[in-house]
Amino acid sequence: MPTYRDEAIVLRTHKLGEADRIVTMLTRKHGKVRAVAKGVRRTSSRIGARMEPFMVVDVQLYEGRNLDIVNQVETIQPFAKAIADDYGLFTAATAMVETADKLVDHEKEPALQQYRLLRGGLNSLAGREHDLGLVLDAYLLRAFAVAGWAASFDACATCGRPGPHRAFSAVAGGAVCENDRPSGVASPAPETFRLLTALLEGDWATADASGPRHRREAAGLVAAYTQFHLERKLRSLGMVDRTSESHPEEEE
Amino acid sequence: MYDGAVQDLIDELGHLPGIGPKSAQRIAFHLLSTDPSDVRRLVETIQTVKEKVRFCEVCGNVAEGERCRVCLDPRRSDEVLCVVEEAKDVVAIERTREFRGRYHVLGGAIDPMAGIGPDDLRIKDLIARLGNEAVREVILATDPNIEGEATATYLARILAPLGLRVTRLASGLPVGGDLEYADEVTLGRAFEGRRVVT
Ligand SMILES: [Zn+2]
Repeated sequence: MPTYRDEAIVLRTHKLGEADRIVTMLTRKHGKVRAVAKGVRRTSSRIGARMEPFMVVDVQLYEGRNLDIVNQVETIQPFAKAIADDYGLFTAATAMVETADKLVDHEKEPALQQYRLLRGGLNSLAGREHDLGLVLDAYLLRAFAVAGWAASFDACATCGRPGPHRAFSAVAGGAVCENDRPSGVASPAPETFRLLTALLEGDWATADASGPRHRREAAGLVAAYTQFHLERKLRSLGMVDRTSESHPEEEE
Repeated sequence: MYDGAVQDLIDELGHLPGIGPKSAQRIAFHLLSTDPSDVRRLVETIQTVKEKVRFCEVCGNVAEGERCRVCLDPRRSDEVLCVVEEAKDVVAIERTREFRGRYHVLGGAIDPMAGIGPDDLRIKDLIARLGNEAVREVILATDPNIEGEATATYLARILAPLGLRVTRLASGLPVGGDLEYADEVTLGRAFEGRRVVT
């Protein structure tokens, strides 16, 4: 049987039979791959711990007729432990991997940008570099942009007229001018628009300096935006717990 | 594909956990060649289970009455409560004969992608029990996988203000194995959970 080797982030696993799992991964070169990991649910399995969500691994797979089969696995970055030890991080990381799973629709189509974004996002979460809600929202906005749904937080998402504008429409794709503003849409604070722009562009100095009210407002808009643009709802997004056990800012 | 009744049986068996199409076919043909009285006994056993067995109103374990065997046993300690995901975990721990306290069965683990959050588990019941009973230690014995660990992390956080001793089952090296064969995650957990010997 032909084999191939790749770097992969484990997105999710499903039980299969007595002791096996089907593992869904996002790989660097082969895009999304679903493979069978045999015997991993036995406590004696050496690869079970490496085939858990959020693990970054170096994996060798046999090409199967239907599903590929995991042959060898080595750990590159064991994010799983740091993430599972903090409930807030776990819920945010779960929302990230579910997003990646849904945005990368087809298996075995390269999705290098999505791979890099997810790995960067998990790395930032596990390393507690920033507030976990901000890391999640930045990841969501950028992953959607890579998938072809870039939100606009300055120019009007409908007519393109330069901003700043006052209204936000998830349906239209971001900020909308007074002419294109549908009725009943939100009018976020200007600081919230600036925070959203910073998250999309990776301007962490601005994002880290934002206040809790604008973070909450931005999170609500990002959730509305992502849920609207994904046909299948992200189940884990509604369960994100944005309080982290030991975040630098909460230790003040 | 087989005709009518045989295929129906294969389909039904195939819905059971851990049974794929091939196993379903094997079991179906085994039943076909089995003595009718043996089959009848199997059917009756399944019916009895569905009629008689339910979940213990206190701990969520399987029970033949309102309360399970463990909850009814006066010799067991009320001071230690072991929290597990499923009733089958109770059976696994009972086999060790190491634990003499009581149990609380959550009914699963937190799994946001499957839509299972803390409110979908028997966590409120757990908190209520801790308020009423004489529990002094809670042992978190959820599965050593990501959902089990995250569930334990969540429980540890909400139990912290209650002032109880909260412990987590140690993750470690499989007995009978060689250290060099352990994966780094398990070995790391084993280091974290090391205990004093002198
Ligand atoms: Zn009971």
